[in-house]
Amino acid sequence: MIHNREMLPSQPAPRRSIGPFAWLKANLFSGPVNTLVTLAGLYLLYWLLTPTIQWAFIEADWQGASPDDCTSAGACWVFVNARLDQFIYGLYPSEETWRINIVFALFTALIAWLAIPRLPYKRWIAIITLFVFPVIAYVLMHGGYFGLPRVSTQRWGGLTLTLVLAVVGMVAALPIGVILALGRRSTMPIIRSVCVIFIEFWRGAPLITILFMASVMLPLFMPTGVDIDRLIRALVGITLFQSAYMAEVVRGGLQAIPNGQDEAAAALGMSYWKRMGLIVLPQALKMMIPGIVNTFISLFKDTTLVMIIGLFDLLGIVQAALSDSRWLGFDVEGYVFTAFVFWIFCFSMSRYSQYLERRLHTGH
Amino acid sequence: MNEQATTAANADDALMVEMRGLNKWFGDFHVLREIYLEVERGERIVICGPSGSGKSTLIRCINHLEEFQKGDLSVGGLPMTQDVKRIEQIRRRVGMVFQHFNLFPHLTVLENCCLSPIWVQKKPRKEAEAQAMNYLERVQIAEQALKYPGQLSGGQQQRVAIARSLCMHPEVMLFDEPTSALDPEMIKEVLDVMVELAHEGMTMLCVTHEMGFAKTVADRVIFMDQGQIIEENAPEAFFNDPQSERTQLFLSQILGH
Repeated sequence: MIHNREMLPSQPAPRRSIGPFAWLKANLFSGPVNTLVTLAGLYLLYWLLTPTIQWAFIEADWQGASPDDCTSAGACWVFVNARLDQFIYGLYPSEETWRINIVFALFTALIAWLAIPRLPYKRWIAIITLFVFPVIAYVLMHGGYFGLPRVSTQRWGGLTLTLVLAVVGMVAALPIGVILALGRRSTMPIIRSVCVIFIEFWRGAPLITILFMASVMLPLFMPTGVDIDRLIRALVGITLFQSAYMAEVVRGGLQAIPNGQDEAAAALGMSYWKRMGLIVLPQALKMMIPGIVNTFISLFKDTTLVMIIGLFDLLGIVQAALSDSRWLGFDVEGYVFTAFVFWIFCFSMSRYSQYLERRLHTGH
Repeated sequence: MNEQATTAANADDALMVEMRGLNKWFGDFHVLREIYLEVERGERIVICGPSGSGKSTLIRCINHLEEFQKGDLSVGGLPMTQDVKRIEQIRRRVGMVFQHFNLFPHLTVLENCCLSPIWVQKKPRKEAEAQAMNYLERVQIAEQALKYPGQLSGGQQQRVAIARSLCMHPEVMLFDEPTSALDPEMIKEVLDVMVELAHEGMTMLCVTHEMGFAKTVADRVIFMDQGQIIEENAPEAFFNDPQSERTQLFLSQILGH
């Protein structure tokens, strides 16, 4: 029996889109219980959002220079405004802050160049960002060369310090994590054990302990006269701690790549490092983007812990400003501002990682 | 086709693949037992046998994707050792095609074919690309060169895998069940490429259940069971007059239906 002698023509799929009112009725008001829940939800939103918006925007004070300018019932953003320079630059001498601005501008330009797909010379820009930029940034910020007055790291603070800690931590932790993950999967027993011990040691201790050890214990073991900069000690502590986490994220990604990929590359005569660098890691890193960004975000927020070793990052400097006797009682404004700044950075990282995932998808 | 400088003095006279008393264990499991095999330059060999008989493991020893514990193996006169440099040297002479293609999904078809010539043989990119296009032309897939493997059918992917392997100018090609993962209508396009390759004089070792292919191109058919070579013979004799009972049983099972 023959069902159809001719090929049936392909037809458009039935339309599923409906008008906004029909959508509302179908999804939010489809029955008495549903309607009740929707109304309760709307009331909850109203109850939560109205006072917040009123406090933060409508009844807030924006202009002024002293606490006396805050006359209305809402938030006193005058506090943040008046202290903004300090929040960004810490105790950096105000006549020298142009140096930090140049570093910020340069960094933003380089990152933007790398992030926008259309721009050429990606490889060179990446090399400049990784190797040339840190030198320029150090020379500019620390000074002592080319007639720039020296500004010791003791005076670095605020958002600047937060970014220095976070960026250096991320850039250093990722490659160390990759090396540790490869080492942990190595067939050579000594290399493997060294990596396992390293990872488990740093992962097992809380970051706060590590920072404390780096700042209090380490000097005790150092010969007198040798003093490692406090910022360097914090950076090393954060980097090693996060690289242990990164290593486990990378290991997860490596395990997801089928063995056949490595075998095919081996069969083509590639050495171990070429197989890893050209075949396995590019695929694994793509899969690991959510995990890596997750670690980056937690690293970014963990930088606030350097407060306990006497470094004033953004949160530290805001807290210090809150104890200023002229500005007592503006804690909420200070913390909301800090949270907002952290949120902006973390959310941007999250969005960029989602964009990256979509762009790198090659249909497999 | 062989442009590579030969290292051994009499490499051209040497056997392409030689195994002497090869033994391999997976843990306590004895997968390959006392394998003796000699493959001449230009010979086409088909290896068949029930699953788990060690036939894939056997050819994977030739490019050291599997390690063996006892016996000797040499490829084109070069003895296989534990030395990484020697292993890579042998791998550059041996091409391999896998059951599941194993194309690199993050690279285009063209990049798949250029990667090793550029990074291992240090060819200029232009030259590597021209050569890759030439081989893609020969497996009739040049028009897909800029697509990613995920956009191709199984048969197309396997033809790309063959071209990728040929780009390294191998002296011997290993095929590990190259058509087993394909939909039936795609098997022929891959077999056609393999037949053509055989007619050009490539030394080939194929693990396959395609008995038609064995009859058309093989110089010898080898039957393996439980890690041993049970029987080997020219195709006509092998199919028409199998000697051992196990071979007869196997052939009746795969040809009987």
